[in-house]
Amino acid sequence: MTADSASPDVPLHLARHPFFRGMDPDFVARLGAIAYERSFEPGAFLVREGDPAEEFWILFSGKVAIEIVLPGRPRTTVQTLGSGDIVGWSWLIEPFISRFDARAVKATRALGIRAASLRSLLNDDPTDGYHLLLRLLPVIAERLENTQLQLLDLHGA
Amino acid sequence: MNAPSLETPNPWLLAPYSVQERKAETADTATIVLAPPTGHPPLRFEPGQFNMLYLFGVGEIPVSICGDPTDPEHVVHTIRSAGRISAALGGVTTGATVGVRGPYGTGWPIEEATGKDVVIVAGGLGLPPLRPVLLEMLRRRDRYGRIEIIYGAKSPRDLVYYDQIQAWRARSDLRFQTTVDTAGPDWYGDVGVVTTRLPDSRFEPKNTIALICGPEIMMKLAAQALVQRGVDRNAIWVSLERNMKCAIGLCGHCQFGSDFVCRDGPVVRYGTVERAFAFREL
Amino acid sequence: MTRRGVTRNLDIVIAGASLERVPEFLTDERKSGRTPGMTEPAVGEKRILARADFPIFLGALRDLGYRVVGPTVRDGAIVYGPITRVEDLPIGWTERQDAGAYRLDRRSDGALFGYVVGPHSWKKYLFPAHERLWTASREGSRFAMAPEPVDGPSFAFLGVRACELASIAIQDRVFARAGDPGYAARRTRTLRIAVQCGQAGGTCFCASMGTGPAVGPSHDLALTEILTPQRHSFLVEVGSVAGARVLATVPLWPATAEDERAVERIVARTAASMGRRMDVSGIRDLLVNNPGHPRWELVGQRCLACTNCTMVCPTCFCQTTEEVPNLSGEKVERWRRWDSCFNSAFSELHGSPIRKSTSSRYRQWMTHKLATWHDQFDSSGCVGCGRCITWCPVGIDITEEVAAIRVAPATPRAAGDRT
Repeated sequence: MTADSASPDVPLHLARHPFFRGMDPDFVARLGAIAYERSFEPGAFLVREGDPAEEFWILFSGKVAIEIVLPGRPRTTVQTLGSGDIVGWSWLIEPFISRFDARAVKATRALGIRAASLRSLLNDDPTDGYHLLLRLLPVIAERLENTQLQLLDLHGA
Repeated sequence: MNAPSLETPNPWLLAPYSVQERKAETADTATIVLAPPTGHPPLRFEPGQFNMLYLFGVGEIPVSICGDPTDPEHVVHTIRSAGRISAALGGVTTGATVGVRGPYGTGWPIEEATGKDVVIVAGGLGLPPLRPVLLEMLRRRDRYGRIEIIYGAKSPRDLVYYDQIQAWRARSDLRFQTTVDTAGPDWYGDVGVVTTRLPDSRFEPKNTIALICGPEIMMKLAAQALVQRGVDRNAIWVSLERNMKCAIGLCGHCQFGSDFVCRDGPVVRYGTVERAFAFREL
Repeated sequence: MTRRGVTRNLDIVIAGASLERVPEFLTDERKSGRTPGMTEPAVGEKRILARADFPIFLGALRDLGYRVVGPTVRDGAIVYGPITRVEDLPIGWTERQDAGAYRLDRRSDGALFGYVVGPHSWKKYLFPAHERLWTASREGSRFAMAPEPVDGPSFAFLGVRACELASIAIQDRVFARAGDPGYAARRTRTLRIAVQCGQAGGTCFCASMGTGPAVGPSHDLALTEILTPQRHSFLVEVGSVAGARVLATVPLWPATAEDERAVERIVARTAASMGRRMDVSGIRDLLVNNPGHPRWELVGQRCLACTNCTMVCPTCFCQTTEEVPNLSGEKVERWRRWDSCFNSAFSELHGSPIRKSTSSRYRQWMTHKLATWHDQFDSSGCVGCGRCITWCPVGIDITEEVAAIRVAPATPRAAGDRT
């Protein structure tokens, strides 16, 4: 993982990301001010299961695998994410512990936001918090639905 | 009087084709190539149609035609072992005889797709029935806009046509995305149900024809996602699957609303079945 | 056969049928002292056939090579079987029918066709319940396949009701579209002798379905039994050249205007006595738009999925095929047999039925019969014969089910069991 110094492009990138598109520009600007850019080499972890969920990741390019590791079994990828996706919401849910591994499988560029800063921002202005949740919930719902479909074993027939 | 005619050929009889080749695709799926008996006319078909395949003393099942429509001397079928008859058919050896009657049913809208972007979504064994249409479109590539293909399977080892997919993926005039429901660490492709790949697909929704084949729930979800993207319901085509005994619109088993799937389908406009998809046990 | 133009003496005719018992009463025709004609009538013409000459009529059918099948009393019901003499017909019998109920009953007269319809329909001859389609034999690594020969007897269906003519026409369309060779061959050879109903049954609703009680134009011969204390005869209308041929050797009297009025009165009386009715206005949309109606659940709780309704239905055509090898495995026969959308295996796909619940199967049957049939074959699949009501062991009544959905049609979306 390489940390880049805060670039003046970050707020602009953030505002253009599909996840934030159309949100209150002032709020997005506040987020842009605390976001930072990161690059991940293939194999590098964005999130590790069991670690404190300290960062919210917004993907711009590359590919990230959400993985489950079970004892005695090879790590299993349940979903891959890429440009336009976000990684992680454990930072919003107590006790703020990551539930899955998120690992780059291709060179990946992302913007990160410190969970602690983000939480205090949302607490300061619950309206902003509500709007962010409105964006996050459909993503969570869609992933839940996709997980259910995977469980259904669509192709088993 | 409107008494039935005696002039039609006997629709129940099967012609004895011989197995020229058999190739294992996955642990439970094989592709067989059949040659018509000497003197028998070649089996011309429209991409999307199916044949009834018969094994002596075993029985008969409908199977989509998966070969090249410009090569009617080689009748290609990809068969997954899902029951007694399909297991036996998938396990035939070179030189064996397979009874064939067909082709039956409706085909993919190749003409209607002219001048348009084409989105093809295949789930599991939904790829084989779409292979002829893809071959046909690539043969006359200039007639179509972008071609986007999303192929989803349960796991990497359930992907069929592996070599052909590599060749397709290498082409610059189409985009072939493969995704699997789950994968191990040795898989570098995408993981997730086929609909998760749609947002990445590039096409002009108002000028797109979508062809979807796979399990019903997957077709329904893919169609819904395409409609959300702005594709017209009637520009989306799905291939239905139902129990079939006769393939001539007579046995009644394949009825789906007003359609006999064997006759009025399997390929239908999504707009005509959207409501029926919403009800259970129809 | 050429027109004979011969007029024979009545006594000779009766002597020619000496094996048959002459009824004690005389017909008006006999009392009139007029002599019957023996000329072959033209299509569209009407004549009077005396009850006493019915044996000659049967003989004429036999002489032309027809195997006559028609109503006969067996196992407590009027069923269709071989008719070799008038006494095989259900003389003086009728039946009482209601939902889930069928009883034979004695009439006070000697009517030959004084019943309505029993559990059988003519489809058992045109579309046999069990039929071989082809035979294949192993020849090394190959096989040789021989189609089932389509020759067989020419049946004369005696006593085809108006609703049954309609059902035959419906099955004609179904089988013709599929190009089924066996059906086409049998159907082409078949002579349809209609007999108009002199009364309606407790579960009849042909008047609602527009198929009866008056016999439509598509028949070979149409009879109406005119039976009063003074008279027992049949008005015969010729529907085809084949029908006319049969009459060439049968003594017939001219039909009078009064005879035709008598027939009209009989049909009107039958129409007025329908045991059931069904409002079919907009029925296609009504059912297609109501797959989520709660009534399906209710009827599904009563329905036993026994398949009786589909077996007795004269238009139900669903079928399955089976592979029947001989013991050595060297020879295989392909048979088809009646199937039913009420069987769980009917909709089986990849090892489990698409229609698991009985309510979904009932919905499929009734929606197909009354609604989607219109889309498929340009007519209703129901002719209003009432058999499905009579022979349902729990008395489910299709007219009642339609009425229940019509009373409270659900809005298409609200009540849907959307997934």
